[in-house]
Amino acid sequence: MENLIINEKITKGQLPKNSVSIANHKIISIADEKIISDLLPQKFGKAGKIWVGVLTAICLVGLYAYYRQLRYGLIVTSMRDYVSWGIYISNFVFFVAISLVGSLITAVFRLAGVKWGSPLTRIAEIIAVAAIIFASLIIIVDMGSPERFYYLFIYGRIQSPIIWDVIVITTYFFISILLLYYPLLPDIQILLRFKQSTGKRLYRFYSFIGSFWKGTPEQFRLSEKAINILCITIIPVAFTIHTVTSWLFATTYRPGWDSTNFGAYFISGAFLVGAGAVVVAMYIFRKAQHLEKYITEDHFEKMGRVLVLLALLYLYFNMNEFLTPFFKMKESEAEYLNGLFSGNFAPLFWFAILIGMIVPTLILLFKKGRKPLPVFIAGIMVVVGAWFKRYLIVTPTLLHPFLPMHDVPESYRHYFPSWEEWAITLGSLAGAMLIITILARIFPIIPIQETITEQHETTK
Amino acid sequence: MNQENNSRRDFLLTGIAAATLAVGCNSKKDAFEAGAEDGAVASGKKIKLLSVDGEVIEVDEAFLKPVPHLPPVSNTEARIGIPGKKFVMVIDLSRCKNLKHCQSACNHAHDLNPGENWIKVDPMQSADHTAPYWEPTTCMHCDEPPCVKVCPVDATFKREDGIVLIDSDRCIGCRFCMAACPYSARVFNWGEPDILAEVANQLYSAETSIPQKKGTVGKCDFCADMTREGMLPHCVSACPNGVFAFGDMNEDTVTNGTETFRFSDLIRDKAGYRLMEDLGTKPSVYYLPPVSRNFPFESGLENDKTQNS
Repeated sequence: MENLIINEKITKGQLPKNSVSIANHKIISIADEKIISDLLPQKFGKAGKIWVGVLTAICLVGLYAYYRQLRYGLIVTSMRDYVSWGIYISNFVFFVAISLVGSLITAVFRLAGVKWGSPLTRIAEIIAVAAIIFASLIIIVDMGSPERFYYLFIYGRIQSPIIWDVIVITTYFFISILLLYYPLLPDIQILLRFKQSTGKRLYRFYSFIGSFWKGTPEQFRLSEKAINILCITIIPVAFTIHTVTSWLFATTYRPGWDSTNFGAYFISGAFLVGAGAVVVAMYIFRKAQHLEKYITEDHFEKMGRVLVLLALLYLYFNMNEFLTPFFKMKESEAEYLNGLFSGNFAPLFWFAILIGMIVPTLILLFKKGRKPLPVFIAGIMVVVGAWFKRYLIVTPTLLHPFLPMHDVPESYRHYFPSWEEWAITLGSLAGAMLIITILARIFPIIPIQETITEQHETTK
Repeated sequence: MNQENNSRRDFLLTGIAAATLAVGCNSKKDAFEAGAEDGAVASGKKIKLLSVDGEVIEVDEAFLKPVPHLPPVSNTEARIGIPGKKFVMVIDLSRCKNLKHCQSACNHAHDLNPGENWIKVDPMQSADHTAPYWEPTTCMHCDEPPCVKVCPVDATFKREDGIVLIDSDRCIGCRFCMAACPYSARVFNWGEPDILAEVANQLYSAETSIPQKKGTVGKCDFCADMTREGMLPHCVSACPNGVFAFGDMNEDTVTNGTETFRFSDLIRDKAGYRLMEDLGTKPSVYYLPPVSRNFPFESGLENDKTQNS
């Protein structure tokens, strides 16, 4: 009975116009109660604890490796004068790419009136926030003198693409946080009503971030407006962060980077890997939190279609990127291109193309391939392929400078990351997953309030 | 030793360049200090000097007054450069036999981390059937420097006199400049440079590029400190074959220390060119093609092996 009263308040809150009749209202309230109890954040089970433990352990190893790097300098990496950017930078590009998904699922879907995407918005936003945090951290890790990080702000030259990146990544970070936060507010109000089952500290945290939210019509109106504004602003900012990131390469003269295609090539790749990450996360959360009723097979079916579209789009930009230089085989690019197509990097290159784009497309083209499990597998392929793709964007080019790599020590002429680089990189990936896990533990992974509202709309 | 070095340098800086450097070099630090006091008594030890009018004169050691050590120019001055100058270098490929004296002189003068080279000498061959030659490369000190364009914190800069320098106290180690430089001229101090503590503890000067610091980038600086004193960069004076000629484009003169050329004539007569002209970087380093060579290409191979093993 107590619950019913609670739910009455909720219904009032989110249906300010009082359009539901009293008789109807009670029935809906019971349905609402079910939704709420289904979607409340769940405590970690045994598997969850092991998962968190493993991720924390990987992060700690990464931290130890970073301590060594701080102490001895970047000499602990395998980067040298030619390959002066290694897996840190490719990992950075990977994180920036994944973070774009927040804008795709939340903003593009919302503005395009795609209703089915709403249960996925929180997953997408959480991934976006985790990824953009680690993109910023990993770029500091890559710096030779990280203690001078603040120089970027006090001595920044606006002419440098790095400063453009600093500006847009910061902007994107804040928009992403807000886009996660505003839609959370009505959910926090619901969470605050379960004082007993929430821990004391968590309860205080909820009150701190959301107790001002009373669910008044005015607050709903404001929040709606704010979210709309954020959705509109995040799209150009998202395009800018990844375009500018591509310009870090495309503003140089290097073979393989000197391309006008780079902005679009990066953006399309980013949407693909972001959508891939979302289907992977969807599958895992659906299993772990038993959300089959909310993340349905239909969602996988539709995300599968989205993935096909994005994979084909990325493939198209890849053709643009490689086919025309291949046709010309300019002297300065020949060695680089041959290295990718048939040389040292060929296995990785074809792996990234096949596993990252073609095989997922082939799986997802068929209706049977758009069931949850195959979509999940295709998503993993996309994400893994995308990581190696970023590596291929950074390293092969640096191993093909214009002047010969001759008058230098032998170790300068090739690159394989050191254990410290692997540890830090894996640590950052584990850290991002840890943030996603923790946010999913604290907040409902499916927006409760939105689900209830939609339920009501369909009932009507 | 360092102290003594400094006073020796001051001695030169008084404007009366020591004709008999050897004597100056041997003189003890104490003697200079004694000379600084008023009412010094002649020690009887004469030192030969070159006067400003070019005459050799003898001065008693006790009357020589040491000039306080000229501090390296301030950061602001180092960023402006020497007004009215436009430094250029001409590298004559027909004279190079990969001796690498340029490289070792440079490494020594700038206290570089062992294994690091600001000057590289590469065997080049344009096509399979064309003749190979040795090509030393320095920083090109481009007039449109891609490295300066991309630097996010203004740590690398282009001066009025054409020299591109690095402020290691500013550099954040992002290495964007290394990616941007098509000549691969830049090197990075990946770890703590293996240099003497007394060198490492000096205040950094952009003109001497000393000391190199962990986590910052370095490169050929055209020996900006030497040019300020009207002297030639170390690579130029170290090369016994006169491969490098250095000078001021505004004076239209370059010299390798023994021969002096009119820059425009040299470039015209010997068909000088710059590397990767098509990129639009406008280098300050010109090359003379490897024609009528002084040495066969093979004469440099031995040295290449020993230094590259």
